[in-house]
Amino acid sequence: MFGLKADWSLEVFERYFTLGDYAGGEARWCPGCGDLGVLNTVHRVLRDAQMLPERSVVVSGIGCSSRLPHYVGTYGFHGLHGRALPVANGVKARRPDLDVWVGTGDGDCFSIGAGPWIHSVRYNMDMVVLIFDNGVYGLTKKQTSPTTPTGASTNTHPAGALLPPLNPLTVTLGITNVSFVAQVPDWNPPLLYETIKAAHQHNGTGFVRILQRCPVFSPDFCKPLQDNPERMLLLTHDNGISMDPGVKRLFPEHREHDPANWVGAMELARDDTRLPIGLLYHDPDAPVYDDLSTRGLDTTNEQKLAALNAALDRFAV
Amino acid sequence: MATPKGTETANVVDGGFKQPVQIDEHIIEIVSDSGEGAQKCGQTFGSISGKMGNGVWTVEIIPAEIQPPARSPAGASGIRIRLGNRYVTNMGDEADLVVAFNEQVLYSRIANGAYKKGTVVLLENKWATDPQEEIRKAYAAAVGEFRENGLIVEELPLEEECLKLTSNPRRGKNMFALGMISRIYSRDVQKCLAEISQTFTRKGEKVIQANQDLFNAGYAFAEAQVEYHYQVPPYTTDMSKPTIITNGNQAVGLGVMAAGMELVSMYPITPATSASHYIAEVFQNVGGFVHQAEDEIAAIGFAIGASYAGKTACTITSGPGMALKTEMIGLAVMAEIPLVIVDVQRGGPATGLPTKVEQADLLTSLYGAPGDAPKVVIAAATIGECLHFVILARKLAEAFRTPVILLTDANLATGVQPYARPEIKEEWFTAPVDQSPWDERVPPYDWDEETGLSPRPIPGQRNGEYVLTGLSHTGRSKVAYDSDTNQVTHGMRSRKLAALLKTLNPPKVNGDKEGDLLVVGWGSTMGAIEEAIDNLRAEGQRVSSLHLRFLSPLEPGLKEIFSGFKQVMTVEINYSDNLDDPLIDEESRRYAQLATVLRAKTLVDVDCWSVVYGHPLQPGMIYKVLSKRLQKQNN
Repeated sequence: MFGLKADWSLEVFERYFTLGDYAGGEARWCPGCGDLGVLNTVHRVLRDAQMLPERSVVVSGIGCSSRLPHYVGTYGFHGLHGRALPVANGVKARRPDLDVWVGTGDGDCFSIGAGPWIHSVRYNMDMVVLIFDNGVYGLTKKQTSPTTPTGASTNTHPAGALLPPLNPLTVTLGITNVSFVAQVPDWNPPLLYETIKAAHQHNGTGFVRILQRCPVFSPDFCKPLQDNPERMLLLTHDNGISMDPGVKRLFPEHREHDPANWVGAMELARDDTRLPIGLLYHDPDAPVYDDLSTRGLDTTNEQKLAALNAALDRFAV
Repeated sequence: MATPKGTETANVVDGGFKQPVQIDEHIIEIVSDSGEGAQKCGQTFGSISGKMGNGVWTVEIIPAEIQPPARSPAGASGIRIRLGNRYVTNMGDEADLVVAFNEQVLYSRIANGAYKKGTVVLLENKWATDPQEEIRKAYAAAVGEFRENGLIVEELPLEEECLKLTSNPRRGKNMFALGMISRIYSRDVQKCLAEISQTFTRKGEKVIQANQDLFNAGYAFAEAQVEYHYQVPPYTTDMSKPTIITNGNQAVGLGVMAAGMELVSMYPITPATSASHYIAEVFQNVGGFVHQAEDEIAAIGFAIGASYAGKTACTITSGPGMALKTEMIGLAVMAEIPLVIVDVQRGGPATGLPTKVEQADLLTSLYGAPGDAPKVVIAAATIGECLHFVILARKLAEAFRTPVILLTDANLATGVQPYARPEIKEEWFTAPVDQSPWDERVPPYDWDEETGLSPRPIPGQRNGEYVLTGLSHTGRSKVAYDSDTNQVTHGMRSRKLAALLKTLNPPKVNGDKEGDLLVVGWGSTMGAIEEAIDNLRAEGQRVSSLHLRFLSPLEPGLKEIFSGFKQVMTVEINYSDNLDDPLIDEESRRYAQLATVLRAKTLVDVDCWSVVYGHPLQPGMIYKVLSKRLQKQNN
């Protein structure tokens, strides 16, 4: 039984973790911010998987999204703008025992971090990547982000954003070795939970684009979707995100989509009129870079000494 | 023939057999178009010579382009080998003997001042009979011009000889040339053949045999056709001590492994990349992994991630890469993440001189990051130090919880020199990652007020959970923008350097502790500076030198050492204004980088002499500058 001595003669305790064990500092996001729901979901996924708090590491970049590590009671790394992914990859590289999470945003990942985004998807290291996409730079107070809708007024484009927004789904799906791509709104907790859980269980980079409400700077990014749920298309499939009928009822539009079908995923991702919700693509067998980067971890000092001396022999005079 | 250095007599005919002339040292160059294998020839020759107990220094002559036009001065590719009967620490001055595969490439060497009157050039003569008139003319003109300028040009049918053995002499001439110079310098044939065998071991028996045949042919050809024949006695110190011969980048690679690091995260950049090439070849044998990242920033980010997770990593780069890594270095300073950064310096700014040497990343290493970012900066002065300083860097990084920048340069990277074989000790390796429970009363930054030092929790340690941040933070690693926290924590990070300084000894002066002039250097120039100083001292000049390894913190006791000399100056390979230049006066003059630091640090009026010719400083050059300086000073 959890919390009780399993054997009175041995001082062995099983550790059982509650939500409180995964809680970090008090979240300082704005009231109504979608990030709060994501945070609660992360806590729940960790709790339900009974992850050892000391073995999880939440890595982030810069932005509202990237405050995430401060609010999770595990190890955390709040680094530089756009650079969460390289750091997370490095954390995992020689520590396969660590459970790695990345919190990033549309600016942090799709703009300044675009290079690492592309390459990290290709490395496909075993981690969850949560993109808090609110279509705006929030922390620096309302500048245009790559996903800001055309015409939306921001402080850098008061007359309206000039360019058509970048489509993160088609880009991610287009990257060689992509293994898990999902999209989910922050305002549907059961679906958010199942999606993040599936990403966590996936062996490889679980890429989850979260449509995230920012009531302060980009209310128009999610509001139309909340008001008109028919503008979203719920993807259903036995191999997709599991969801109960209650969740399904909230989405008028459904489509049966096999996440193994990459061409189908790409077609769904390209459709800007109806945003696909759920698991677009899943390849559980895509090679993970961890398998390569962790090679030789069991090398003993004796083996190292022998190899080093052999290396020196080659240069011996 | 001209009188070679170190002897007044020509080859002696004794009983019908030519006896080699004994010499103290020679500088040999092999120059060719890119892709003709001159460097392999020279490296093999250097290695053989090291194994025969000679002092050796080899340095590559590298064109900046991969396929420069054939037969062009800009395309000069090759290698210089300085061979002596004593420990050789630098590339020396002008060459004594040159093997050239065409005449055009010699122009750039002459322009670089690499040759002198009496330099012997063994020149491929096939161009004299080339089907193109233009080439025949250019060849004849060049040979005439070289001879007029005092070079001794011997025209030899190298390609014709190679054609007897191979249909593609372009790929085999280098081993023929190796045979020739091996005969000229009386190299041990068995050692040569063994070395060739090792060089081509991965290419298979057939290739080894073909190259050995070419070597033998070159050797026999030189024996029969070339009158020059020398003997360079072995370096006289104890050769029974195990010795290895490597270039500086291989030494860095060996250092990474000897330090027990498991991860090198890099992005290709000249001249640093060959270090990663070497490590990539052998790293898996010690259980290590080379990560080639998508860019320089990701390379250091990946290394920082691994270091944070307890596996102190190394990233290797050159100037432009350092510029890109700046923000990450600042993060490592701020969040106190141990990390080893090797900067193999090249000419800058921007892309600058990618393949050529400069010592111009000192100030950016010290002060490059925004904000105050104190970190450890050390510089290797010899190829052996390239190995040992990586081990030192890893230890300092962990003990002081800081990034450590190790500066080497293109001269060390490509230079090859024998040095004592390190006796690898297990205690050089990183300790296993501590996964024991953390005492939860101890904050993640439990700064010792005296030293600024603190132990660090590593992911996996129970009760050690904390959120590392690049923002201003408290000892508990909580974001804190308040005045006191920012002021105090800056002090903690800065104090670590003071704590390290307390463990250092004042540097040793080469020469007397008092005199007219003290020359201060850092990095790869040590050999050339000390050789010049020794020559000046042999003439009775009151001059000494000092070579710094620790640049941050700066080694202790400098002001006192400086006080023993009438004048102090640095000799460096980076740009400084010259007082004779237009508009330049005491007020406008920009000093060389170390001089700038020393002036600020010691308040001594430290002068400097520095140039950015893109090649290593030569002892003769330094000698001339210092002689003039002393003459002026003593008048």
